[in-house]
Amino acid sequence: MPHNIRIIPRLDIKGPNLVKGIHLEGIRVLGKPEDFARNYYKAGADELIYMDVVASLYNRNNLFHLIEKACEEIFIPLTMGGGLRTISDIEKALRAGADKVAINTQAIKTPNFIKEASRIFGSQCIVGSVEAKRKGDSWESYIDSGREPTGVNVLEWVKQMEDLGAGEILLTSVDQEGTKKGFDIDLMKKVADRVSIPVIASGGAGSPEQINDLIQQSGVNAVAVASILHYNISSIPGIKDCLNRNRVEVRM
Amino acid sequence: MKKKRISVIDYDIGNVKSILRALEKVGAEPVLSREDKEILSSDAAVFPGVGAFSVGMENLRRYDLIDTIYRFVETGKPFLGICLGMQILMEESEEFVLTKGLGLLKGRVVRLIVEKSCDEKIPHVGWNKIEEPEEKRWKGTIFNSIKNPSSVYFVHSFMAQPSDPADILSTTVYGGNAFCSAVNRGNIYGCQFHPEKSAVTGLRILDDFVGLIK
Repeated sequence: MPHNIRIIPRLDIKGPNLVKGIHLEGIRVLGKPEDFARNYYKAGADELIYMDVVASLYNRNNLFHLIEKACEEIFIPLTMGGGLRTISDIEKALRAGADKVAINTQAIKTPNFIKEASRIFGSQCIVGSVEAKRKGDSWESYIDSGREPTGVNVLEWVKQMEDLGAGEILLTSVDQEGTKKGFDIDLMKKVADRVSIPVIASGGAGSPEQINDLIQQSGVNAVAVASILHYNISSIPGIKDCLNRNRVEVRM
Repeated sequence: MKKKRISVIDYDIGNVKSILRALEKVGAEPVLSREDKEILSSDAAVFPGVGAFSVGMENLRRYDLIDTIYRFVETGKPFLGICLGMQILMEESEEFVLTKGLGLLKGRVVRLIVEKSCDEKIPHVGWNKIEEPEEKRWKGTIFNSIKNPSSVYFVHSFMAQPSDPADILSTTVYGGNAFCSAVNRGNIYGCQFHPEKSAVTGLRILDDFVGLIK
């Protein structure tokens, strides 16, 4: 089992709002992202992920501003994702105060984008984001917030991203996302076995016990959580206590 | 009470926004600067940096900051190198090509060593623990108020190896080996990790750093 399992709240952003969907769709407005982010930081989040779910130019400018404000009071690593298409987009995100960027659509369209970005900014800063949907015995990569199938096999794609220089994989199960029904452990394990870079599992966390099951069985290094926190089903201390009781090493 | 003015040395190497905000958070007045006079007249200086050692040295030379740093350190005021800023305090680095550093501390910078039996990777990214190398070593230093051990946030592939063990302020275990994660000699401090990304622990460290100002 990997050391120092990270618990990372994932904030899906639309305009000025924190939103949450199911299977990345049918989003519902929950409130101001600043308030949620501040509370999660204070509760012991190890990092935060800000994900632009609209990926329009207008929304992205909003998100840059949000990250800038977050840096004034949140002193943990921040990852920004959604609609980053150019080197200059990444530069802007980092200048706004993001420590890492998550790239999906542009990487699928031009895989060399990952290579170029990691050469310029360092692997530690480039997170390969994958939206995986089960298809028969395998998984297919999706882009545009789980809307567009690409025909790309997830297990091959994650390995390629690692080879291109991605420093981490953010792996979202579109099937489980927003359902609170637990993780696609099979998918998470296969990906964690396939790559040697850290994997952040996203999609399905509905209870601390499910997160513990995932960690015990899959080999992932971090968990992205949303509904379980946004809807107050559990808390970061609640999740970490549960992991700690089960001998999983977490930052308390 | 007047706010303590802290120069954050500006040599175009990495994002400094978080360190500026973190210093504000602990009640100091940070100024991003590459001006000789401004830096020398401040109460303390932070020397940040992310990226390649040789690029860091090159930029210091381009902005004529090397002499400024030496003169600042001679004043005895608190000086804190962070990440690459800590590595550059050493005599030399073997990153890509052998490059001379500032030599404020004796020793060199080498690539992290991960034992084959460990599944840990380079770069070392994430939270890890810093430990006190001997009893009371942290008393009166920037680690005065934190617990032993404490978790902090790392992003690096290289590590400093001080020749004098007395310069080691903390150690961290990664990949089956302990490496030097912070240094200290007199008024000179260096952290391999990022206090500005290390939540409350990091802010306590910066608060203690500001507290060293006489």
